[in-house]
Amino acid sequence: MEGTAVLGRVMWRTAKVLGLHDETATARTLMLSVRDWPGHVAGQHVDVRLTAPDGYSAVRSYSIASAPSTAGRIEITVERLPNGEVSPYLTQQVMVDDELEVRGPIGGWFVWRPEQTGPIQLVAGGSGIVPLMAMIRSRVSTGSTAPFRLLYSVREPGAIFYRDELRSLSDQRDLLIVTYAYTRVTPKDWPRPAGRIDPELIENDTWPSHLRPSSHVCGPTSFVEYATDLLIAAGHDRSRIRTERFGATGERK
Amino acid sequence: MNASMNYLDGNAAAGELSMIFAMDITSAEGRCGNCGAKRPFAEVHLYLQCPGLVARCPRCEHVLLRLVNVQDRIFLDLRGMTHLVFDTRQQPQAGSLTTASLL
Repeated sequence: MEGTAVLGRVMWRTAKVLGLHDETATARTLMLSVRDWPGHVAGQHVDVRLTAPDGYSAVRSYSIASAPSTAGRIEITVERLPNGEVSPYLTQQVMVDDELEVRGPIGGWFVWRPEQTGPIQLVAGGSGIVPLMAMIRSRVSTGSTAPFRLLYSVREPGAIFYRDELRSLSDQRDLLIVTYAYTRVTPKDWPRPAGRIDPELIENDTWPSHLRPSSHVCGPTSFVEYATDLLIAAGHDRSRIRTERFGATGERK
Repeated sequence: MNASMNYLDGNAAAGELSMIFAMDITSAEGRCGNCGAKRPFAEVHLYLQCPGLVARCPRCEHVLLRLVNVQDRIFLDLRGMTHLVFDTRQQPQAGSLTTASLL
């Protein structure tokens, strides 16, 4: 068993729900305490498995929203999907002290490590903000001075996750620069009309390519393809752009 | 939603593949057996509208990997990839892996 632990082998573990917090009308953050959690790197995800009394089980992937910690605690933020099999349970029915099965941490590619000192451009579409928030929180909690910038595309103001925390971080410009792009409804008197991100926004509100930032793009597949193409058109090197695609439904089996 | 974008990427297969590979596969570089593209596995196009999962080359859409669970058996078909290169420095638990190899 000791060898298994050293290798960090991924396995199913029991997680207990410590707390719940609504981010938006359809998204909820679950604070979990995971038995024997080996720790994670910002950007990684977990698989959550729910098993019905008849043995039927469903597995879904959720990004970890919290910064790495040694306390065996993680947070995931789940968006409720119409007709979803797992997300309605996690966002509406689960209660504090309930237990879930989680497998992880998973993924070593779409990550940000505190040793990275160069400029970071984060580009989020909708719930694609979740793993990027872990990177922002990791950067803050480790005292890193890497310049961080976030372009966050959301349908409407009410769909923003982590709103107060992002505002407080962006009030201190040396921590994070945030730009919102609203695709359907903007706040009152917002200078830019509702619409998807475009070359002008990339030009004005992301790190210029000559600074050679590393970019992390996360969201629905169509968003990721489009945003990545815009970054490349703006002169960014494809090899410095890392992507993670969530389904149109965000769910998988 | 564009109908041609009904795929995810290799990140979404990493949980299932972690039951088979001890090292993280998303940061491993795979070489397509058809077009020769060398890309991190995280960038493959992943299709889930099937009994298991199918990973295709992001450049030529050639099938790289198929994984199907049938009751107590896992079928893994890797015919489309000529190799996978794992960089131990890219592993989340890189330090631990180094330690383990010294034991």
